Amino acid sequence: MNDISSRGYVKQEVLVSTDWVDNNLKNENIRIVESNEDPLLYPSGHIPGAVQIDWTTDLNDQLIRDYLQKGGFEKLLRKNGIGKDTTVIFYGDKNNWWACYAFWVFQLFGFTNARVMDGGRLKWEKEGRVLTKDVPTYKESDYIAPERDDGTVRAFRDEVLNHVKAGLPLVDVRSPQEFSGERLHMPEYPNEGALRGGHIPGALNVPWATAINPEDGTFKNAEELKDIYENKQHLQSKDDIIAYCRIGERSSHTWFVLTYLLGYKNVKNYDGSWTEWGNLVGVPIEK
Amino acid sequence: MPDVKVRFEIDMNKYPQKLQHIVDDLAFFTDQNDRISILIDYAEKFKEVPEEIAKRPFPDDNKVDFCESEAYVWVVQNNEGKIKLYFAVENPQGISAKALAAIFSEGLDGETKENMLKVSTDVVFEIFGQQLSMGKNLGLTGILQLVQRQVKKLD
Repeated sequence: MNDISSRGYVKQEVLVSTDWVDNNLKNENIRIVESNEDPLLYPSGHIPGAVQIDWTTDLNDQLIRDYLQKGGFEKLLRKNGIGKDTTVIFYGDKNNWWACYAFWVFQLFGFTNARVMDGGRLKWEKEGRVLTKDVPTYKESDYIAPERDDGTVRAFRDEVLNHVKAGLPLVDVRSPQEFSGERLHMPEYPNEGALRGGHIPGALNVPWATAINPEDGTFKNAEELKDIYENKQHLQSKDDIIAYCRIGERSSHTWFVLTYLLGYKNVKNYDGSWTEWGNLVGVPIEK
Repeated sequence: MPDVKVRFEIDMNKYPQKLQHIVDDLAFFTDQNDRISILIDYAEKFKEVPEEIAKRPFPDDNKVDFCESEAYVWVVQNNEGKIKLYFAVENPQGISAKALAAIFSEGLDGETKENMLKVSTDVVFEIFGQQLSMGKNLGLTGILQLVQRQVKKLD
């Protein structure tokens, strides 16, 4: 069941294998993009030809808690030589957690010509494939971005509140300890950036990494994913679902799994997540 | 007008001497890329906890909270009250955690309980720079916080 095409995904074309990437390193129509949690990883060695897009410095507005606007996104893609016809292949550490996050931000600008390398950095390294410290430069592209679309895959707090009131499903992808809030008030423990511990009322708790095979970072097959989200949590592909975590990064991974691998049509990522909800005046929480 | 000289002296003594030396060396590099390559060098020097101190599976009590790199910490005090730190980082891609562990191993080796407890979590920002994401900051400061929690438990 290692072949992506045999795993039963609804939109299998969104994934590429490490083999495929290795065979396409010289393909000028693709741009390999590494996105990591750990800022030291890319400079310590990366897939030859890969550029780095860092969520903190590249994808976020530096003064507003928000993502880049059209101009910033355009500049970012142009700088990395990504044109409208370039296929962007994301990969990264932590089972592609940040790769999926960058992929999600690209979807805010309708950049559908995007893929994720199954298994990410972990699989590439385990297979002993080449890494380099050489940082490539590419000829600037003439990419023109559309205006950012916050309505299709992104949820804001008012929408989340209405979602709660309507009893619609939310998926909290944090750890059980974060979900229960048990750790937040313990002395001498790091603060998670929220005043209160707990979760959004009614949310299901499905830690994001349950969708991953831990030994090589690949996604579980469709049958296993259905068992997690449908048999155990009773979600359905037609449901309106909002996923969240602490700042919306881990939940973009679950958004990716539900939207592409299981083909759900109405999944949004709430990037305000617990750091907003746990501090928000006038909203209920559950412990 | 604050007394600049006094402030300077306080800053000079912010951390135990060897750790201060590492922080000062890093501060010398204003280009983030230079800092990154030094941190990668530290990560490559990282030595895992020896088997006589701890064997897998490592106990949860030694595990750092919120550290995605799955870092573990052990503190051992000798007869003279000097402390030695040991670390494990189970995520092979946890380079920042390895770099910080190597810096603490070198910079805090042989310090006393009192000196260990004085180290502020500011050191994480001084080592990695201000661009640390919140999640990364939580995990890395968690390493120091667990060192200090364990140091407090020593007699």
